Amino acid sequence: MMSETRSSRTALKSRNLFIGVALTSIFALAALLSLIWTPYDVTQLDISSKLKSPSWEHLFGTDHFGRDTFSMVMVGAQTSISVAFIAVGIGMGLGVPLGLSAAAYRGGLLDEFIMRGNDLIFAFPSLLIAIMITAVFGPSAVNAIIAIGIFNIPVFARLSRGAALPLWTRDFILSARVAGKGSARISVEHILPNITNLLVVQGTIQFSLGILAEAGLSYVGLGVQPPIPSWGRMLAESQTLISIAPHLALFPGFAILLTVLGLNLAGDGLRDLLDPRIRRTRR
Amino acid sequence: MSLLSIQDLSLSIHGQSILDCVSMDIGPGEICGVIGESGSGKSLTALSVMQLLPEGATCSGSIALSDIEILQADEQTLCNIRGRAVGMVFQEPMTALNPVQTIGQQVAETIRIHQRVSRSDAMVQAAKTLRKCELPQERFPLSRYPHELSGGQRQRVVIAMAIALQPKLLIADEPTTALDVTTQAEILRLLQRLVAEDGMGLMLITHDLAVVTDIADHIIIMNNGKVVERGQAKALYSNMNHPYTKSLFKASTHQPERLGQVEDTVLLSVQNVVRDYPMARKSLIKKPAPFRALNDVSFNIYKGECLGLVGESGCGKSTLTRAIMGLDDIQGGVISLNGKDVFADETAREKMQVVFQDPYGSFNPRHKVGRLVSEPFFRLGRSATNDEIVESLVSVGLEAEDRNKYIHEFSGGQRQRIAIARALIIKPELIILDEAVSALDVSIRAQILDLLAKLSTERGLTYLFITHDLTVVKAISDRVLVMRDGRIIEHGDTKTVFHSPHHDYTKKLIASAPQIQPVEGINI
Repeated sequence: MMSETRSSRTALKSRNLFIGVALTSIFALAALLSLIWTPYDVTQLDISSKLKSPSWEHLFGTDHFGRDTFSMVMVGAQTSISVAFIAVGIGMGLGVPLGLSAAAYRGGLLDEFIMRGNDLIFAFPSLLIAIMITAVFGPSAVNAIIAIGIFNIPVFARLSRGAALPLWTRDFILSARVAGKGSARISVEHILPNITNLLVVQGTIQFSLGILAEAGLSYVGLGVQPPIPSWGRMLAESQTLISIAPHLALFPGFAILLTVLGLNLAGDGLRDLLDPRIRRTRR
Repeated sequence: MSLLSIQDLSLSIHGQSILDCVSMDIGPGEICGVIGESGSGKSLTALSVMQLLPEGATCSGSIALSDIEILQADEQTLCNIRGRAVGMVFQEPMTALNPVQTIGQQVAETIRIHQRVSRSDAMVQAAKTLRKCELPQERFPLSRYPHELSGGQRQRVVIAMAIALQPKLLIADEPTTALDVTTQAEILRLLQRLVAEDGMGLMLITHDLAVVTDIADHIIIMNNGKVVERGQAKALYSNMNHPYTKSLFKASTHQPERLGQVEDTVLLSVQNVVRDYPMARKSLIKKPAPFRALNDVSFNIYKGECLGLVGESGCGKSTLTRAIMGLDDIQGGVISLNGKDVFADETAREKMQVVFQDPYGSFNPRHKVGRLVSEPFFRLGRSATNDEIVESLVSVGLEAEDRNKYIHEFSGGQRQRIAIARALIIKPELIILDEAVSALDVSIRAQILDLLAKLSTERGLTYLFITHDLTVVKAISDRVLVMRDGRIIEHGDTKTVFHSPHHDYTKKLIASAPQIQPVEGINI
């Protein structure tokens, strides 16, 4: 009975992972495919067939310029995913080393400097900074990435510092110090592998938040600029037409929902897969 | 008429059998010692009485508390029993108390759950109970928080919570394992007094035979979910039948054989070492006085020797380890190995290694054993060869294949072997064993002590054995240092120190250590 419950539980876990990876890869593939092929050209206007409901000709219908929504969702996946991916990359790439070094020199000046810097970024609402950046440099996808990325830095810095602190008091860190290893090496060899599960989970959460943030920025017109489609701007543009053509809001909305869901499920499963303690019971 | 009567209790969790036909009786005013090593099912027996079992557990048999059949009782009855009829004391006083509530509130809370009394009345009762547990209000007001108390005082609060409603039965699960020897003796005396005063039944669960010998009326020895031996405490000691009981006794008093030659050359020399910790600043102007964790500590270790360092928690044992390993700077004095200063000359540190207490915390769970044991090679600036890894694992009784496993696949005793393998791999001369066997079961402890003795004979290793456990020191060390408040207060040959201690503290320490009484005609 014991093995039964355990295996059913792991099966559930791996099913989550499977669904998550499947959903994520569908959108990733759609994004990749859109680089070389889309059913219709997304910049091609066709006023005569505007606001068409979904049909075999236009799977997701058409918008008020007669553009094919299916093609736009595909190209939108490309912008949304790449914006979120790069933004999380910036956040992790800068935040984790900062957090780890703050933990390594805990209580020191560097720790204080890094964490107060984090507080400074946290003190501003993300949208406000994004507006500021776009006001200075003009609205574009690159500036949206930078704005979202900056906001991911303190999230990862705090997370990795907080997770690293209790690890530093463990005996295996002490024995690494006995072996003569320095703080940087210990951080990379011993601390980092032990916080990856947290980072992976937070990474997927931030990834989905990144997609939402890009959608939000584009929604207010500060993100990706027309004519490049983005899920957020598609939502924004469909707003006025919601009573005539609800499919315009539904499809990009579902795209965001399913990508975020898929990423979260995949992140959960990935965390278990990365932990040797859980990995063993899976077998 | 017995108070608690367990008949043929069997327990399985998810189909895996944990307890097998366990029976015991505890009468009022009786102390029943339940002894077993980890995994023997002693704690689950206690939890079945409370019906606080993990998910998926199924019981059969009978547990009768006075007239109530617990296995048939509904949740409402059980809630009434828990806390009111049965009190429980846990092992770890640090985690058994809520850190953000005062001790008064916590004791009063147990009272208010079961009795309709006003908050102030509950506080009065709480004060009374705490006084009974030797925490008088004059010195320990109800408004104290757990962090303001020492481990022993916290355990008294936990006991007060358990006996606040004058339960008929008290279950104490390893109540003294986390405490120092002198505190342990006090807590045991307290439990004994409470049982005598209130006529409670006490189920005292422990892994340590010596703890129960003095105070238990009868003893039950468990192994693998079965009761293997039972009887009156005194009678049982003189007449053991089951081979497991005999091996348990043998292991507790185990004396490993060491044939090492102690040479005349000094290996490690610690001279007038001072270590200060800065304290939190209390006033703006005055600099806070530092806390002196090591105060003018001096001693030598000779080649091939095993030196025992004994002291209770907070005496500076671990600080000393860290200072010797060169991990923390010292504020005065010299530490040298083979004549090389460990702070000035880093190569001195190549010849010493350390084994820590906690077999679960001392390994990175993400790395494989092969990588874990080869870590000390970093200091030598090269990586370990496969042969060296295999050799070190084999020398501690593990197999070459084990290098490809992760650390969670090993038991506590095996992990401690791996820790020793890690210490041995760069062929050090001195190994510091910081409470290295304290977390292990007695039989495993005996094996590890044998292993250490064998290794020292084979390789001429020198040990600094740091521990709070006097029996271990007595068993393995040639000389003993007794440490208190950062000072070494007594040193000498093991025999001399144990037979004729000079310092009062040493005398108290030796007197408090529970011992298995040698009984006439004992036949092990």
